[in-house]
Amino acid sequence: MVIAIGFEGSANKLGIGIIKDGEVLSNPRHTYITPPGQGFLPRDTAKHHQKHALDILRKALDEAKVTPSDIDVVCYTKGPGMGAPLVSTALVARTVAQLWRKPIIGFLNPYQPSDIEMGRLITGADNPTVLYVSGGNTQVIAYSQRRYRIFGETIDIAVGNCLDRFARVLKLSNDPSPGYNIEQLAKNGKKFLELPYTVKGMDVSFSGLLSYIEEKAPELVEKGEYTPEDLCFSLQETVFAMLIEITERAMAHCGSQEVLIVGGVGCNKRLQEMMGKMAEERGAKLYATDERFCIDNGAMIAQAGWEMYKSGQTTPLKDTFCTQR
Amino acid sequence: MSSKTLIKQGAEAKLYSATFHGRPCIVKERFKKSYRHPSLDQSLTNQRIKSEVRALLRSRMNGVRTPTVYFVDLETSQICMEEIRDSVTVRDYIMSVQKSQSLEDSIVQLKPLGRKIGETLAVLHQNNIVHGDLTTSNMLLQSDPMNLNLVMIDFGLSHFENLAEDKGVDLYVLERAILSTHPNSDEFFSEILDSYTQSNPGSADVIAKLDEVRMRGRKRTMVG
Repeated sequence: MVIAIGFEGSANKLGIGIIKDGEVLSNPRHTYITPPGQGFLPRDTAKHHQKHALDILRKALDEAKVTPSDIDVVCYTKGPGMGAPLVSTALVARTVAQLWRKPIIGFLNPYQPSDIEMGRLITGADNPTVLYVSGGNTQVIAYSQRRYRIFGETIDIAVGNCLDRFARVLKLSNDPSPGYNIEQLAKNGKKFLELPYTVKGMDVSFSGLLSYIEEKAPELVEKGEYTPEDLCFSLQETVFAMLIEITERAMAHCGSQEVLIVGGVGCNKRLQEMMGKMAEERGAKLYATDERFCIDNGAMIAQAGWEMYKSGQTTPLKDTFCTQR
Repeated sequence: MSSKTLIKQGAEAKLYSATFHGRPCIVKERFKKSYRHPSLDQSLTNQRIKSEVRALLRSRMNGVRTPTVYFVDLETSQICMEEIRDSVTVRDYIMSVQKSQSLEDSIVQLKPLGRKIGETLAVLHQNNIVHGDLTTSNMLLQSDPMNLNLVMIDFGLSHFENLAEDKGVDLYVLERAILSTHPNSDEFFSEILDSYTQSNPGSADVIAKLDEVRMRGRKRTMVG
């Protein structure tokens, strides 16, 4: 029996999770929420993590009903992400590892291509095509010629970034996340506005679409031609269709029959529904995406650490640094 | 058109073999995608049929071999075009060359093909035809591959644009497709770029954009 605790704070969420042999015992999280219309900056985000780290740690231990002595290994995110929040979180992980005299493992985010093996292990998917969609990344990754390869990606901004920035135009709340609020509004959208749709081979581009909707949205809403709900709906339908299209192309290219969505945007129910329909039409299988794979969280890091600890690997204290990329 | 038999199902279209007034032809039928909003689906399908037909025609007029279009039906989303008989995809050809020979020999043998592809892309781009989905599966070699009778197909994502950015992205898409499909193909792609640069007097801007797009690759900021 191995119990692992994971610390994740590479962006605006601070999460600490405890895992016992694949079972999530606790996974509390606290998100740094900025006022509507604003993004999060490294320094303020780091302050948020510093302020909440100990409370969340206490909560994680209490919910899991474990004491520090039960824990076998401490895991944390090395990167990629924002420097200041990463360092603040790593400091807590290093401190408790030394206080409790436990080994420590530092991780690059499990969904970087080199580590994507992890996603496969966790879901039991055999050879999935992976759509990795978050605030910082948009990639279609598939296994081919004995390696994970990026088949398609955004050639400018990430899909999560595009959604977040549109949420700022509409002054939507950042609580719990801008993308979540777009998703809720989109449910009541009816009128479809045609938006620029940019797929180039297996790559996508969102910047043209974003400029277009950023410019048009205030006027369209003011004139009463479209409601904010309609615009959220149209935006989601368009960007998700682009993502599904490139995923399908990669699947056709590699002959893959399994698909997995990871990353924060992967929590979106409409995206999952569209992916499910595409998979069904191809006779392929969509692997269930739950929060363990979606938002940045501690359990994900603990799970990755648990796998590594079992194979006998730990990180020497002198190598427990952070990296922004 | 006579009765048709399905020969291939791609990600967004089915290919049938049929005859058109006695000539063998290929029918490319785009099908509905139920995951897409119906009006988005209809508009994308029509857009792509039109782009494809326009680019096929325009490429031919500029001396790049493409299948002749016989008939287009927007109602049923079908394009009926010449069948390129006795042909292999460049993808299959490269794989068979790499399989049958040593790495050094295959690099030498594929060199002329790389040059031919570079020249062909130069012609397309000089005429502002941006293919949009360049891969080795979208290029055919008719009859003996050594004769380099290169036929370009699958123009559904194409558009007409005189921007270096779009042409640069076109090359970037091809580079990624080649490197992810064919191991040890770096030199093959350099050969393509080389002959592209030599055949296209306006290539300097395009290559500069290609370098820029490559840099955009990996790391994106989450702020802003």
